Amino acid sequence: MDANEIRKVVLAELKHIAPELEDVVPAKPLRDQVDLDSMDWLNFLVALNERLKIEIPEADYRKLGTLDQVVAYLSAKAR
Amino acid sequence: MIEFKLPSLGADMDEGKLLEWKVKPGDKVKRGDLVAVVETPKAAVDVEIWQDGVVQELITQPGETIPVGTVMARLAAAGEALAPAAAPTPAPAPAPAPAMTRHPISPAARKHARELGIDVETLAGSGPHGAVTVADVEQAAKGAPKPAPAVAPAAAPPADKALAMRKAIAAAMSRSKREIPHYYLSQTIPMQRAMDWLTAQNERRPVAERLLMGALQLKAVALALKDFPDFNGFWKDNAFQPAQGIHVGVAISLRQGGLIAPAIHDVAELGLDELMKSLSDLVRRARAGSLRSSEMSDPTITVTNLGDQGVDEVFAIIYPPQVAIVGFGRVAPRPWAEDGMIGAVPAVVASLAADHRASDGHRGARFLAAIAARLQEPETL
Repeated sequence: MDANEIRKVVLAELKHIAPELEDVVPAKPLRDQVDLDSMDWLNFLVALNERLKIEIPEADYRKLGTLDQVVAYLSAKAR
Repeated sequence: MIEFKLPSLGADMDEGKLLEWKVKPGDKVKRGDLVAVVETPKAAVDVEIWQDGVVQELITQPGETIPVGTVMARLAAAGEALAPAAAPTPAPAPAPAPAMTRHPISPAARKHARELGIDVETLAGSGPHGAVTVADVEQAAKGAPKPAPAVAPAAAPPADKALAMRKAIAAAMSRSKREIPHYYLSQTIPMQRAMDWLTAQNERRPVAERLLMGALQLKAVALALKDFPDFNGFWKDNAFQPAQGIHVGVAISLRQGGLIAPAIHDVAELGLDELMKSLSDLVRRARAGSLRSSEMSDPTITVTNLGDQGVDEVFAIIYPPQVAIVGFGRVAPRPWAEDGMIGAVPAVVASLAADHRASDGHRGARFLAAIAARLQEPETL
């Protein structure tokens, strides 16, 4: 799966959790754009794990601030 | 004979609209079965029955709005004979309140009714053998007198729902502030041990099995309540009535606005994994609008956590007839003095709003201290 496909999966799962979400600015912190509490965030990661079969340790959460960062992180792990 | 009545699903509910029956006459039901879906100002709720029996008669029709306490159905208790529809007994007992009669209806009339959003079950027919005709449907659509509300059961549009939700919150919170003499206490709780324990746990867990700090906090409150039952119950009839179980209402914000605080049952008895699953499931179903009546009617205390929104401290309002609500702010590094040294430690401010009719500040302070103590021993939660 390439970065574009991963981006589509990430956006789809984000919108599944926050249906009101319209556009995401890729380089802007996600939490400034989407109302995500810790339960939403965990559910988002669980969904990504199920779709992409990629394990995301809790220690890596800080690397996942923006959409671009999430896509880059998952793309690197998917290789 | 069992009378199945519309239960109260919270202090802010005085009526509900039947959306759907999940059972029909002749069906056997047992304690805990879902029998109906009822729309309240806050959610469409799956209503459970708490007795075993056989459904004999459905009295309320889908689409009808009825007050809390209305008899919606009658059931024969286990072992009780069903009253036959056309009893060949020589001296039949007086008939129960007349149920809605199903009339024959022409396909054209049925189609027309569907287009106009009219529930055909509520129409009286003027055709042969009481058949419902197109003219009857049109008459009903014009608002002519009819035996029951002729509106098809459907969830209210989003704008109406939002308005109903605000009205429900307004009613419950106004009642609370009008009737309940609140007192407020707060305590800053060091969270280093809980954080370290949680980090170590989550390090070895796959993402789907990770725990949130919110689950630890819920469990700490529930365990503390075992020693402080005077915060777990209701103020009713000018007296405190302690609750049997510890069913913690969890305040959940809804994405479309508003909030709901359904219960997780017997929290003190749940392991953290089980509690986390229950919490995750409850949040998901609350936001999807799929809650059970027992979750709405059973909370014995409420916990609200606004830490994710960055607040330091919550000054909450009690949800009547409960007598206490515990709030948590964010877990963040704060200056902390220990052994004469000042350092920065992760800490959270826990707050208690309690009903002064049911308890005093001295007890409230000890209850908060008990929560703090529980959070210092995360491995025992």
